[in-house]
This record gives sequence, structure tokens and C-alpha cells, in this order.
Amino acid sequence: MDTGQTKPASKAPAATTPASVGRRKFINSVAAAAGGGCLLALGAGLYSRSAAALPAQAIRPPGALPESDFLAACVRCGLCVRDCPYDTLKLSDLGDPVPTGTPYFHARSVPCEMCEDIPCVKACPTGALDRELTDINQARMGLAALVDHESCLNFLGLRCDVCYRVCPVIDKAITLETQHNPRSDRHAMLLPTVHSDACTGCGKCEKSCVLPVAAIKVFPRELAQGALPAHYRKGWEEKARHGGSLIGEQVEMPVRGFDGPTAGRQATETVVAPGASGAGLPPAPAAPAAPPVPPPKGVSGLNSKWKP
Amino acid sequence: MATSTLPSKPAPAACAPARSLWQHQRWLILRRSSQLLILLAFLTGPWFGLWIAKGNLSSSLTLGVLPLTDPLLVLQTLVTGHLPYSSALIGAAIVLGFYLLVGGRVFCSWACPVNVVTDAAAWTRRRLGIKTGRVPDAATRYWLLGGLLVAAALTGSLAWEWVNPVSLLHRGLIFGMGGGLFVIAGIFIYDVLVASRGWCGHLCPMGAFYGLLGKTALVRVAAPNRKACDDCMDCFAVCPEPQVIRPALKQVGQTHPLILAPDCTTCGRCIDVCDKQVFKMTHRFDQRSE
Ligand code: SF4
Ligand code: SF4
Ligand code: SF4
Ligand code: SF4
Ligand code: SF4
Repeated sequence: MDTGQTKPASKAPAATTPASVGRRKFINSVAAAAGGGCLLALGAGLYSRSAAALPAQAIRPPGALPESDFLAACVRCGLCVRDCPYDTLKLSDLGDPVPTGTPYFHARSVPCEMCEDIPCVKACPTGALDRELTDINQARMGLAALVDHESCLNFLGLRCDVCYRVCPVIDKAITLETQHNPRSDRHAMLLPTVHSDACTGCGKCEKSCVLPVAAIKVFPRELAQGALPAHYRKGWEEKARHGGSLIGEQVEMPVRGFDGPTAGRQATETVVAPGASGAGLPPAPAAPAAPPVPPPKGVSGLNSKWKP
Repeated sequence: MATSTLPSKPAPAACAPARSLWQHQRWLILRRSSQLLILLAFLTGPWFGLWIAKGNLSSSLTLGVLPLTDPLLVLQTLVTGHLPYSSALIGAAIVLGFYLLVGGRVFCSWACPVNVVTDAAAWTRRRLGIKTGRVPDAATRYWLLGGLLVAAALTGSLAWEWVNPVSLLHRGLIFGMGGGLFVIAGIFIYDVLVASRGWCGHLCPMGAFYGLLGKTALVRVAAPNRKACDDCMDCFAVCPEPQVIRPALKQVGQTHPLILAPDCTTCGRCIDVCDKQVFKMTHRFDQRSE
């Protein structure tokens, strides 16, 4: 940007001629224009990044691309808003916590009625709402969560069930799970339980919760959902999938230190070497394959000769 | 709104027959009607249930068949790496073709709602006789245009749309607005107090983009009757891009009377204000002088 100063300096004698002054002025103004222009655009870019995460209660229309892709695709035309027959959707305004001009809804005000023909998706000219979504039950606008166990009537042992009953995906997205009520010790509690594999995030449950402030709320999925580490396996699921245990017979570990070394000796004598007894079963990758430790010479079993 | 000529100007009654209000405001009235009709086409739906156009200037569907999309927005979307559906692409192609044919900045003076605000600001500035301020370089808008494309590529989002006053105002007028009004008020104050024609003439990247489409414009303003010019400077005072008039009116660097500079918004305000009737609306091959 200091080209305006360095250029005339290289031609020192000409530095004071009107032509050079004019050129310097020109270069300065171009530099200012470039700087100003870039700064303004950069500012807009930074601003857009700083506020790019959706606030907790703003839900995108069905079929919306993941938020970062959505912000690239949506031209903020409001055609989805116009074609929603329930006036669910609205466009955000500058200063709203949702990116300027983009469509969203607030479930407690007007939830999505899950239209079978999904007119909002059909109306979108850009693909910000993905036309791959043809079955509204596959929509994943957000995820409901029963956030307030202290206020939910069912958690208090009553039978409200309203959120469960209004759910368009009843018995899949919300189930009532029976639990013993420890307070009365003779009744059951039927706990509304949301299942992420079926909840569309329509928000009907949040809208209908009978409490003054909903105990069940819908959030963008990134906010509502945790994630297990990728390598975690649920043993019971793996077992069910394979039709049996994956790690063969369990090694029975000695229980030591109760009544002298004999107890330990007896336990160790029943130990089966994993290699020997597991031969009949398919080799399981998850099973620990540590070789059996040979007992030290002259000592039988695991007697450590420890004496109190 | 920009109704008046310079307050200091002597009455022209002596030398020319008085022109009627229509003669004096014709293009302004037509332009404001066009801007209003475009807005109304989007508002009859929500107001009376009579749907003519849905959406807004960013992208719309007229009578359920005609898609129109802002080509600059589609360009930004492409830069982020997203390929829009064909309806948006076709809409952008139609708009692009129209403005290439008619004249890029026809958008500015005949469609853009911010134009009403900045015209009002220019009128206020003339009325109040404000001469001070600092005008940014006119090339700033091209840098901004480049900058917003770079911002779109870097952030992977339509960054400019967070603040773009043009879509803020048009969307706001149709879908309701709050915070956007501050931006519009800011532009008005900036144009009145800081820079004459500051926003539309020097900063707006959308105007710059449509300006780039103006090189092939068929509809052009010309100054065929330029020998009648008495240097009253009314046209220069009222023109949003005064630098475009000189070549045609004073034969600077050209002999024909056509205003071919793409910055000309084809607003026809010079035709309105000139009591000598120097200017007229014509096509780009009309080289005649009277
Ligand atoms: S599915 Fe129906 S109710 Fe839900 S947002 Fe779309 S148009 Fe509106
Ligand atoms: S129709 Fe598509 S592009 Fe238009 S506002 Fe809705 S999501 Fe965005
Ligand atoms: S948001 Fe609530 S009502 Fe809608 S599908 Fe999910 S659990 Fe059911
Ligand atoms: S509607 Fe509300 S109070 Fe009733 S069961 Fe559902 S979350 Fe609990
Ligand atoms: S320069 Fe920009 S704000 Fe001004 S009229 Fe043109 S598009 Fe609208």
C-alpha cells in the first residue's frame, strides 16, 4: 500500500512535477479504494463467521443442508417461507441470532406440520433444501430432548403423555418407558423418551407441552446430540449381531487375600489356558491373546509366599 | 423524490416555454412506478392473497412459472463451491440476459429499492447545500465486488448477504424488517453528510456488478440536441454518475452524442431536468445529432 511513496522516490528528479503528483494521488486513492474495499468485504466475512452457529431454538426447514453448506447455498429468497401452508417458517432479520435473511422456525411458536408433499423443499430454487428428501419422516430438522426432568409431569409420576401423543412419529420418535416410582414405591413412571433415529425435529412435542415453559424442547442436532468415540462398541449389540459372545470363555480370575494362600491356589488350578480351550471357537480379534505366564520354577500356582 | 433542480437556478421561463410537470418529471415518475410495481408484485400475495411474484429480488418465481435469480448471488454461490439447482441457474441466466440487453444499471434506477433512498439523500444534500465531505474512490466498488467474492470463497458462505443493503431492504419491505433499517439509515446519512452519491456511485458492489453488464446495453441516453446546451449544469447536478455525461455532451473523446459509459444507470433524470431538451432516450446505434 505504500507504493505511492516508494515509486516517485525511485525517480527523484521527477518527484515534484505535476504529472508525478497526479500519479501519486492516483496510486494513493487506488490503494485506499483497494484497502477500503477489502477491509469491508473482510469485515463482512468475519462477521458472518463469528455468528455462523445456530442459536439453540432456531430450527432449519426440512431437508436443509448441514449448516455450513446451507449458508453457502441459501440465497435468502423466502420462497420456502411463502410455500409453507402453516406459516411455520420465517426469514431472520439483521441482528437476529440467525444469519441474516435465512429461513428458520421456532418450534414453541409454530412447529413444522410435516406436510407429506413437503412444499417448502419443492419451492427452494437453490438446493439449500435438498430435494433428495421425499419422505418427510426422514427429515432431520433437529432433535427433541426432554430437558427438564424436574418439571415434566410424567417424571413427577403423573400421566400427561401429551408430547408422546402429538408426535407424528409416535412410538418411534417418542416412547414411554416404564420405570418404578421410588417415591411412592408402588407406582410406575412412564417417561417420555426421544429416539434420535426417528425424531424429525418437527417440534410438535415442544409446541404441545402443557407446562408454561416446555419441558421437552427441540434443538439443532449438533446441540442436542452427543457422540460416542468412533471405536466404541456396545458389547450387547455386538453379541446380538454375532449370535454369541465374541471373546470365548471367560478367564476366571483368582480371588486372593481372603483366607490364606489356599483359596488362591484352588482358583488358579481351575485356570484354562486361553489358547487350549478356545481352539473350538473362531478366533476373535477383540479377545486378549496374551500368552500364559509360566509359573516360576519350584513354585506351584500363584503362591507368592507372602505371610502376614 | 429528487424532484427539484438547483434552488439557485434562475427561472427558465424567459428563454423556453414552461414545461409541464409531466415533461419535467416523466422519467422519474416512470422509474418510481417501476420500482413500486416490482415491490407490489411481491406484496399483493401476502396482502390480498393474489400471488404475482413470490420470493424477493434475490430469487423469485413469477406467476408460478418464471424463475428470476440475482446472477451475482449465483456467482457467489458457485464460488463457495455449491452448484444450485437448475431453477436458480435458469433464473440467473434470464436476469443476466435481460440486463446485458437492456443495460446493466437499469437494475439500479428501475428496480433497486435503495436507489430511492440514495436519490432522496442526494436531493436532501442539494437542498441543504452541503458541499463538504470525503468521497471514496469510485473504484472502491470494484474492489468490494472482488472482496465479496473472495470472502465467499474463504468463508464458504454468502458472507456479503449478511449485510447487503439491497437485499436487506427489499427482503425487509416484503417480509418485514427491524435491524436492517439501521443499515439503510446509515447509507442515507452517509450520502447526505459524508459523500455525495457515496453509496451507489462509489461503494455498492452490486451496482458495480451490474455496471460490468452494461457494455452491450441497447437502451441508451443520448444528447442529440447538445448544441442547445446553455451550461446550466442541471444535468450534472442531478446525475447519479455525472462523469458519464461529459463525453457525449461536450464531445470529449467521442463525436457521437451517445452516453455509452456503463456507469450510466439509464435513469433519464438528465432528460427530465434539461429545459433545453438536449437529451433523449434512444438505442445504442442512434448516432444522430440534431
Ligand atoms: S414441511 Fe410443511 S409445515 Fe413443515 S416447514 Fe415445510 S411446508 Fe412448513
Ligand atoms: S427457498 Fe431455499 S434459498 Fe430460498 S430462503 Fe428458502 S432455503 Fe433459502
Ligand atoms: S420433534 Fe417431537 S413431535 Fe416431532 S418427531 Fe421429534 S419427538 Fe416427535
Ligand atoms: S407434554 Fe410436557 S409435561 Fe407432558 S409429558 Fe411431555 S414433556 Fe412432560
Ligand atoms: S448502486 Fe447498488 S444500491 Fe445503488 S441502485 Fe445500484 S444496486 Fe441499488
